[in-house]
Amino acid sequence: MKLAQLSSLIRSKNAGPFVLTFDIMFPDEQSYLRVKRSGVLNAALFASLYRCRPETVHFFECDNALAFKFSIPRVIFQGDLGDADLHGGQQFMPLVDIEVP
Amino acid sequence: MEEIRFIAAIGAMGGGIHAESLDEAMAQEPHFIAADAGTTDAGPYSLGSGQSAFPREMIKQDLALLLRAGKRAGIPVLIGSAGTAGGDVHVEWTLDIAREVAKENDLAIRTAVIYSEQNKSYLKTLLRENRIRPLEPAPPVDEAVIDRSIRIVGMMGVEPLQHALEGGADFVLAGRCSDSALYAALPILRGFPAGLSWHAGKVSECGTMAAETMGKGVILGRIRRDHFIIRPFGPGLRCTPQSIAAHTLYENADPYLHKESSGTLDLSKSIFEAVDDVSVRVSGSALIPSEAYSVKLEGAELVGYQSIIVGGIRDAFLIKRFDSWLAGVRERIEAGVAKVFGDRLSKSQYHLEFHVYGRDAVMGRLEPDRTSLPKEIGLVLEATAPTQEIATTIALLSRQPLLHHPVPEWKGAITTFACLHNPAHIDRGPVYRFTFHHVALPQNQEEMFRTEFINIGNPVYETSAAL
Repeated sequence: MKLAQLSSLIRSKNAGPFVLTFDIMFPDEQSYLRVKRSGVLNAALFASLYRCRPETVHFFECDNALAFKFSIPRVIFQGDLGDADLHGGQQFMPLVDIEVP
Repeated sequence: MEEIRFIAAIGAMGGGIHAESLDEAMAQEPHFIAADAGTTDAGPYSLGSGQSAFPREMIKQDLALLLRAGKRAGIPVLIGSAGTAGGDVHVEWTLDIAREVAKENDLAIRTAVIYSEQNKSYLKTLLRENRIRPLEPAPPVDEAVIDRSIRIVGMMGVEPLQHALEGGADFVLAGRCSDSALYAALPILRGFPAGLSWHAGKVSECGTMAAETMGKGVILGRIRRDHFIIRPFGPGLRCTPQSIAAHTLYENADPYLHKESSGTLDLSKSIFEAVDDVSVRVSGSALIPSEAYSVKLEGAELVGYQSIIVGGIRDAFLIKRFDSWLAGVRERIEAGVAKVFGDRLSKSQYHLEFHVYGRDAVMGRLEPDRTSLPKEIGLVLEATAPTQEIATTIALLSRQPLLHHPVPEWKGAITTFACLHNPAHIDRGPVYRFTFHHVALPQNQEEMFRTEFINIGNPVYETSAAL
């Protein structure tokens, strides 16, 4: 099943001008735990999807929020020349089709 | 005091406070009202230009609602990060609006104004003493960056707000300020646990965004000795343990640890429980005091001036060979610029950027799918240069190459680019970038912020005393 089918929200956003953060949220514990136990979400996968070094990826499993979080340094800092997503809100699509076993 | 109550009136001043919900929540007899007015999320323009990202009229409406409600109940109103960026000019702009509100509503308001803009020679001293430390990731900072920055602000914690409240302020108007500090200041001053106070602030500072579905309304917080309760007031609003737990993820790099001036808020042991259908009880949050008091710095510098051209391409032959076509366009523009400016403008002194909408404009190099061909391309050219005159000239020089750069499939004169506007270019004026992702370690908690007490409104008598 695709990650988007199990989750209630997949979003990206600035966490300040220098960091991008990604939240994957679930409607119920069952869906959250299914993804958590599958182990499919991890820093290495994220690093390959977002072409960054795995050691720059901060990955969190937030049980009480039924959510996963990834944070990475911005490739171009917010608002600097070449930045085309000032609020960082449209960077999440590579996560949508992740296949959850 | 068994509990302290507050209202978080809105997530961002100028968004339009919901008056009915505010009235309803006021019946719960809160001890203070607060609202945050700033953010870096709007980008570096506000800090660089000195302007607010919200219209004056909307700030005035929201400020009038809060100052009237505060005065009626006899409780303080706190506004942080005035004018979006919290520089001195932003504080003055907001103070001017507050004076107008006070006068029009016949209110006499004892106001504490807290300035957070930083003196450059002071910052250079800190830098030399290794008291400016980078956060991760940070742009490089040296004395030249300090000089180049138009404005640099320090983000205050609870301490300057507490001094203002102790000084008897009805209205605390703060420059750049931690959003959560607005809510934590008075509870901590009254002896409530710092961890719960900061966490209650963190949950509330975005207003009803902490509810399951965001909507019109306000948040009422009750902080007690061993827990706090968050309840929304507004049509159909509901907070659930999940919505409150999830809110601390929003716009934060780390969901559990949040750095503030005086310590790190640790939410890893927080417990979220439903009180009823709409309210949530939170316990277990802690503030781990830091060894050194730190103040986050934000600065903005001028990058240059910009002109842009917006248009589109529908030609399927051109789209098939888009990269090579665009490379040809760029070459011709650069040749044109070299011809006009010669030695007066080197290639490193200006910047040409193309955003290719329909292909990869939004994600740039992170775009995973660059192979499928779009039917139509939206193209935005940005020319950035040291002066507006030069940026405009580069945009003017760009129009012909965009319009007529050849496509091999077609013989004869062609027009390759659909301009959206006439004139084709738009002058954008100055553009800025953020210059700091650092903290300063001051010698003491006071030296980076300046507080003035003034009386605004009627009766008009103004005295000023630095605290």
